[in-house]
Amino acid sequence: MRLSDKNVGDVVRFRFDGVGYNGRVGDTVASALLANGVHLMGRSFKYHRPRGVLTAGSEEPNALITVGRGAHAEPNVRATVQEVYDGLEVFSQSAWPSLKFDAMAVNDLAAPFLVAGFYYKTFMWPKAFWEKVYEPVIRRAAGLGALSGKHNPDTYDKAFAFCDLLVVGSGPAGLMAATVAAEAGLDVILCDEDARMGGRLLAEVEDVDGLPAAEWAAAQIEKLAAMPNVRLMTRTTVTGAYDGGVFGALERVTHHVPRSAAPIECFWRITARRAVLCAGALERPIAFENNDRPGVMMAGAVRAYVNRWGVAAGQSVVVFGNNDDAHRTARDLHGAGVTVAALIDSRADAEVGDVPYPVHRGAHVVGTKGRMALREVMVRKGAAEFSVRADCLAMSGGWNPTVHLTCHMNGRPQWREDIAAFVPTPNAVPTLEAVGACNGAFSTAACLAEGMAAAERVVEALGAKVPEVALPEAEDAPYNILPLWAVAGKGRAWLDFQNDVSVKDVKQAAVENFRSVEHMKRYTTQGMATDQGKNSNVGALAVLADATGRGIPETGVTTFRPPYSPVAIAALGAGAQGKGFAPERLTTSHKQSVEVGAPMIEAGLWYRPSYFPRSGESTWRQSCDREVGYVRRSVGVCDVSTLGKIDIQGPDAGKLLDFVYTGMFSTLKEGRVRYGLMLREDGTVMDDGTCARMGAEHYVMTTTTAAAGDVMRHLEFVCQMLHPEWDVAFTSVTEQWAQFAVAGPKSRELLNGVLETALNNDDWPFMACGEVSVLGVAGRLFRISFSGEHAYEVAVPARYGAALFAELVRRAEAMEGGAYGMEALNVLRIEKGHITHSEIHGRVTAFDVGMERMISPKKDCVGKVLAAREGLVDPMRERMVGLRPVGAVKSLSAGAHVFEARAAHVHANDQGYVTSVCFSPAVGTMIGLGFVKNGPARMGERMVVRDHVRDLTVEVEICSPVFVDPEGVRVRG
Amino acid sequence: MDKLQAVSPCAGLLPITIGALTVEEVDMWPITSVTPFSGASGSVLGRALGMPFPAPLQSTTDGDARLVWAGRGEALLMGAVPDANLGAYAAVVDQSDAWAVVTLTGTGGADALARLVPVDMRLSAFGVGASVRSQLGHMNASITRLDGDTFMIAVFRSMAGTLVHDLARALEAVAARG
Amino acid sequence: MRIPCPLCGPRDRREFYYKGAALDCPDPEAGAQAWDDYVHLRENPAGVTRDLWQHEAGCGAWIVVTRNTVSHEVLGAVLAREAVL
Repeated sequence: MRLSDKNVGDVVRFRFDGVGYNGRVGDTVASALLANGVHLMGRSFKYHRPRGVLTAGSEEPNALITVGRGAHAEPNVRATVQEVYDGLEVFSQSAWPSLKFDAMAVNDLAAPFLVAGFYYKTFMWPKAFWEKVYEPVIRRAAGLGALSGKHNPDTYDKAFAFCDLLVVGSGPAGLMAATVAAEAGLDVILCDEDARMGGRLLAEVEDVDGLPAAEWAAAQIEKLAAMPNVRLMTRTTVTGAYDGGVFGALERVTHHVPRSAAPIECFWRITARRAVLCAGALERPIAFENNDRPGVMMAGAVRAYVNRWGVAAGQSVVVFGNNDDAHRTARDLHGAGVTVAALIDSRADAEVGDVPYPVHRGAHVVGTKGRMALREVMVRKGAAEFSVRADCLAMSGGWNPTVHLTCHMNGRPQWREDIAAFVPTPNAVPTLEAVGACNGAFSTAACLAEGMAAAERVVEALGAKVPEVALPEAEDAPYNILPLWAVAGKGRAWLDFQNDVSVKDVKQAAVENFRSVEHMKRYTTQGMATDQGKNSNVGALAVLADATGRGIPETGVTTFRPPYSPVAIAALGAGAQGKGFAPERLTTSHKQSVEVGAPMIEAGLWYRPSYFPRSGESTWRQSCDREVGYVRRSVGVCDVSTLGKIDIQGPDAGKLLDFVYTGMFSTLKEGRVRYGLMLREDGTVMDDGTCARMGAEHYVMTTTTAAAGDVMRHLEFVCQMLHPEWDVAFTSVTEQWAQFAVAGPKSRELLNGVLETALNNDDWPFMACGEVSVLGVAGRLFRISFSGEHAYEVAVPARYGAALFAELVRRAEAMEGGAYGMEALNVLRIEKGHITHSEIHGRVTAFDVGMERMISPKKDCVGKVLAAREGLVDPMRERMVGLRPVGAVKSLSAGAHVFEARAAHVHANDQGYVTSVCFSPAVGTMIGLGFVKNGPARMGERMVVRDHVRDLTVEVEICSPVFVDPEGVRVRG
Repeated sequence: MDKLQAVSPCAGLLPITIGALTVEEVDMWPITSVTPFSGASGSVLGRALGMPFPAPLQSTTDGDARLVWAGRGEALLMGAVPDANLGAYAAVVDQSDAWAVVTLTGTGGADALARLVPVDMRLSAFGVGASVRSQLGHMNASITRLDGDTFMIAVFRSMAGTLVHDLARALEAVAARG
Repeated sequence: MRIPCPLCGPRDRREFYYKGAALDCPDPEAGAQAWDDYVHLRENPAGVTRDLWQHEAGCGAWIVVTRNTVSHEVLGAVLAREAVL
């Protein structure tokens, strides 16, 4: 019932389970429903018991709703957090067919069987039933809310922020901390998860500095908002504290307005030099029989609804508590004109004063009645029992400081007997100080003073001048409490509302020896799901402590981990949807390749053409064979710009190359190219490529596309870590040059059409390099070949890449050649036995690929010592060979294993494996490269290749890996 | 013979304006990577470059030419042909075609970059002339503050499309906040 | 996690590549055993350790970072070319 609309705005219409209600701007779904007299907001997870809203904050365990429909639907939103707006549609969860009649509530009747550990014990046998029967049934019944199963159309945002001081929470402590730091000129970020700043001040009637608390807070916030060095972030929950002063924070950007194109959430990564945690405290329930009926709420929440939203959670309210704070709820309700049916304090000596409503000291609530709504509260005082009619029960078991963030870096909170609560351990997060209620200071005056003092310490630590800020006057009432966790009784007394864990379940865990609080949690599921036990942890462990005969501090708490409250994966992954997932690296020939229909394949981040289809071709093989033919018979053009290119200059360039390559490069002549092999420190092959000497102290190294980044890093490592004395500089020039392979018997003829100076075999022999003029553009030419044919690679600055590719392809086509893609390139290199990372896959040595003689004996190089170890040069190692099918089956597959002809195809008989296969137009069948034990000594041997995955058995002959032109005549032609 | 036609990295992709922010391609030709050899003195380098070699996280200017710190021991000379003698003191590498270079101009540029770059880009921390090597989204980038309202952003040429995509998303996010 | 690059100042961990323990490279003549130790054998200290990172997405510097594996505190970093191992 709405008592006052002083603090809320205009009327809005929203729907809950299809029924329309009026709400007010500033309302949450929970406050608006309560204003409409709706208590029943959800069903519990396990027993499907009717539940109402318990709290007024993000810790809400019961009132979980789904917001919106279809693909936009968002499950498990707390009704206490979702703000109402015109047109909002929300739905209850965990109930079918309806909230009022839920078929699964039959579980509640079966409750005696469904105690803690029931699933573990019951669904063990027969074993085969688990996957087929039990799991599907349990999965259908279980789970909080439901995902739409559709693609998420909402956009999410992420951002980085930096500040001197992060203040978490905008209650009295937070406002003082932010004000002091801001006045000192520090960059301040003040975050609050609520839509309005002010924290608990919005929910209390006591004055601060002579003003009503909420008015004082508003004035402070207005002042802060006007300061350029302050960033106020409402609806922003700081969800985690991480190493180095980094905090995660989830901002709910547009959940409070109708859907638009704007992001709905933004995940912030805030780097703060210092942080002050002013997260306040959470009230804890008391366990007694049927303490979960709709209408049973936290006393502080009932007070907040009346003071902040002007909403009475009931017409007749019983307040039950074990501490003085509960008395304020009775006082404020009465002040607002709500009937206080009784104030029940478990302490016999509680001081209540003269109040105009019934007070029972030393009494306990022992039960409730009313299934869909609270009707009656049963009270026991000494031997006497009586009942009180009420539609709302406001309970308070005391307050738990919100210590969570202080525990995110493995800190453990400490038990404080005087307030019967855990408080943060100082310096648990090195740059963060907890103050105010989250530090166990429960009076407004103490919060203001601690917030101010903490900020002054930060100001001093950061070298600024502490400003003159007056400490406001405020209430400083003591917080008296006598612990009361569970009222003795026979029925089910709930500890964890979200997971339906009762006092009995926790005791059962202790009986079955799950005595550690972490074990109890897993056994009972207490403390899991969206609220992570914010309401129930301390109560549950107190019951466990009692059941195991230990104290609360010895029992301890479970580990609080980020996030503080739920964060959607979509928010964490913001920006990575669609094309944001990874950069696309496109070559200068990309546009033309796509225009002629070439399917692109990803090579790392690069996109490269697979093949260039022609009309009349129905399979990729036809295109590929045709393109291979260009290179073998005429001329083909292929974009090889993706290969890494590193410019190396300096007096010690030769030394560096001699050290990183197995071969000698300091002796390479200017204007010549040499093939090089690089090893890792452990002696295995890292990469291969060519290196061209462009000048006396100037080389250009190429790497494979895949290893370009690794090689660059390796060169940096060698020059910075191992040989900082070397004077050598290197720069990646991969992106500067568009480079095209022009390969085939007519390659020179083609190039002579575009080069200013014609090529001949004397000036441009195999492995020559130099600068050329290409259609008037200064470029570079390398006579190198990956296909075994007479071939070149020509490079021009990338701005001319598209034009040169088009021109080369046009000319090649006029010579009965054309562009070729990755498929053809692969065939051409397999036919020549050239290795790629299919072969040098990280477990392969130079010896294995037949290149042991490339490790120069005249010098040291990276990996040389370990490459020479006995085990790495053992002839029985799997070493590279060619494979040719010789039986009826002509198919080969990469990944298949090699066996001796008559051996069983089992691991123990494994002789090696296949790394690369292709159909070779030159050979007329499929051919392969692979590694076979003592392979080079087994030429001509018949073996069997077995592919267990594709169920393929092929008889092969071990042969030389060079299938085409083994003498290497063509390349020099 | 016909000279080959040149295509700029962001051809057909820019300019874009979303909200108060505009991204445009800029032609900084020529761009030269300069990595001094050991023993090259600052004054000799400064003479050959026409401006001081920048300290880490800085850039220096000489008229329209700019020398941008580009990582350990390296700077990018943009918009000026390097002195022919420079090669005696430094590795000089033409990078004119290696980078896609754009400017981000307008109110809220730092807010847009905060969505992509894990470095503090507010004017108080990243003043005019400041330059960083960091990541923009998943790309290695060089970002320089040209003035209060303008950033120069460079990523490798092949990723020009992704640069424009990522910036557009960030600009939309800033614009949506109103 | 933030790593203090000696050239760029404190930066987000995502900009860095991690290699492993910072060890002195043996002499080429030190023998296979010394090399095997260097490449393959690692201490796994609970406490202060030094390891090699590269500011790969930043300035490219290889650095030696001193940090505590228990508290995760990063105690400092120096350029690898100036580090004494």
